[in-house]
Amino acid sequence: MSLEGVVKCNARLRNNQSFPIVVNTSHTKRCVDVEALQLDSARRLIAQSGLPPLSEDQPPQAYVQSVIDSLCSLSSHDALTGLSNRRSFANAVEQELDRVARSGDVALLLMVDIDHFKKVNDTHGHLVGDTVLKLVAQRILACVRPMDSVSRFGGEEFAVVLPNCSHSFGHVVAERIRLAMAQSPVDATPSLQLSITVSVGGAYAQPWIRSESAIWIERADRQLYRAKHEGRNTVCMEPTIDTVVTTEEKELLFGSMNFDAYDARMAMANLDTTDGATP
Amino acid sequence: MNAPVTPPTAPVTKPPVVFSPAFPTDPRRALVFAVTSGKGGVGKTFMSANTAAALAKRGLRVLVLDADLGLANLDVVLNLYPKTTLHDVFTGKAMLRDAILKAPGGFDVLLAGSGLVEYSRLTSEVRNQFQTVLHEVLLEYDVVILDTGAGISDVVLYAISLADEVMLVSTPEPTSLTDAYATVKVLAAQQGRRTIRVVINQTLQPGEGRMITTQLQRVVDRFVPALGSGPVVLSHMGDIPSDTLVRSAVQKRQLLFTSMPGSAPAQAIAAVAGRVGDLVQRWQAAKG
Repeated sequence: MSLEGVVKCNARLRNNQSFPIVVNTSHTKRCVDVEALQLDSARRLIAQSGLPPLSEDQPPQAYVQSVIDSLCSLSSHDALTGLSNRRSFANAVEQELDRVARSGDVALLLMVDIDHFKKVNDTHGHLVGDTVLKLVAQRILACVRPMDSVSRFGGEEFAVVLPNCSHSFGHVVAERIRLAMAQSPVDATPSLQLSITVSVGGAYAQPWIRSESAIWIERADRQLYRAKHEGRNTVCMEPTIDTVVTTEEKELLFGSMNFDAYDARMAMANLDTTDGATP
Repeated sequence: MNAPVTPPTAPVTKPPVVFSPAFPTDPRRALVFAVTSGKGGVGKTFMSANTAAALAKRGLRVLVLDADLGLANLDVVLNLYPKTTLHDVFTGKAMLRDAILKAPGGFDVLLAGSGLVEYSRLTSEVRNQFQTVLHEVLLEYDVVILDTGAGISDVVLYAISLADEVMLVSTPEPTSLTDAYATVKVLAAQQGRRTIRVVINQTLQPGEGRMITTQLQRVVDRFVPALGSGPVVLSHMGDIPSDTLVRSAVQKRQLLFTSMPGSAPAQAIAAVAGRVGDLVQRWQAAKG
């Protein structure tokens, strides 16, 4: 609830009677002494972050606002790759699920993981590893629409939320990301080219259904693990609706069942076919 | 599919995943119970109506909502053919109040009518109307039973997604069990359902239903990967023994529970309703 504007609240008297009051808060400006604020560590953070330097010659309120804006930007982006970080990814997923539940749109979540990244770090050192992460981030960004949000999920794993992405299109995007890595090596240093591949797992949010972001992420993650399991440098998408019951499953379901009873039932069913069932 | 699910990084900041109800958890509102089955013709509507009657007899305020919008037959089971249906509410021709009827078993019922074929696809209109209607009745009842359609269409999945609890009805027939199992898979994977209540209808021997549920659970444990927190649990709610009385009640358009209360299937239904009643009580006890 915003504190600016009109707020309705209930007041309660000693005798337990309650009555509503409307409070107009629009003129309750709280004054802050800008000069007295301790902004040094914020300034330092912003200066070393690579964000555009803060302009000192602006009115105090605008200056503080620009400090806050820069800090917000810092706390929602990944310092290394410049992508959205885990925190703003959680926001993006939450928002998209909410939208999908209201609009019935189709949205796709892709989880992208660099194959054998540990080997890059172990062989060439962490600086090269960092460069690879940055380059992969750039290539993923180049594969998606501006409206899609690409985040660093953690370590060498990236997440892409694609709003309004149809079932026929999702696999194409995922494959495009895989190929963007597999087709040409990355220049880790001027003298070092590395062939880097990624595995991609994808799952669609269920239109109309209010779900949990953790469920969606886990579904996409499961496909990512399937892609890893199938030999990496692979795209795996969740089957639209997994209603297929395999022979293995049926075997376990019926293997130990007593079919004498079932045969007796079938014999009876010839006499009496519809008990309990509606027409 | 069966690759181990061990995320490389710590799980997302949220607490463990469980199914979260579509409506705010409020002990004053009705517990929403979806009755479903993979396969049609296994006695799903029969269970909805008779369980409702048994719950009403226990003193609960019960509404059965015909959520099988495309191919409803709750009206046939109850022998009620009202002029005003959910269809009229959806199209704005009638007030919700006027479409709620008293069913013979002492419970209320909201019928879809058979003119709802256009609602057999889930559009934003259907979704909104449905949710609005449900929202309006929630505070008036202790239990709202959603009698869903057969199969795993998007309308069925949507209706189930609005429910706090799911009762899955199956017969011992392999085809019915296969479809029931497929339903469990979808509900676990797409909605994060942890608990699914199972009723086995038309059993031939005592204990047959529980044995079947146990077997279903074994297959689920083996093949349905747990999402987030914990495994998928099938909770056995009871067996309804096969009995020719059921057929004759259905054909006479009577509710078995009220017309032949002493019969074995009616008593089995009373036992199932007892368990549903316990769930309602537990729900309402969350008050304090």
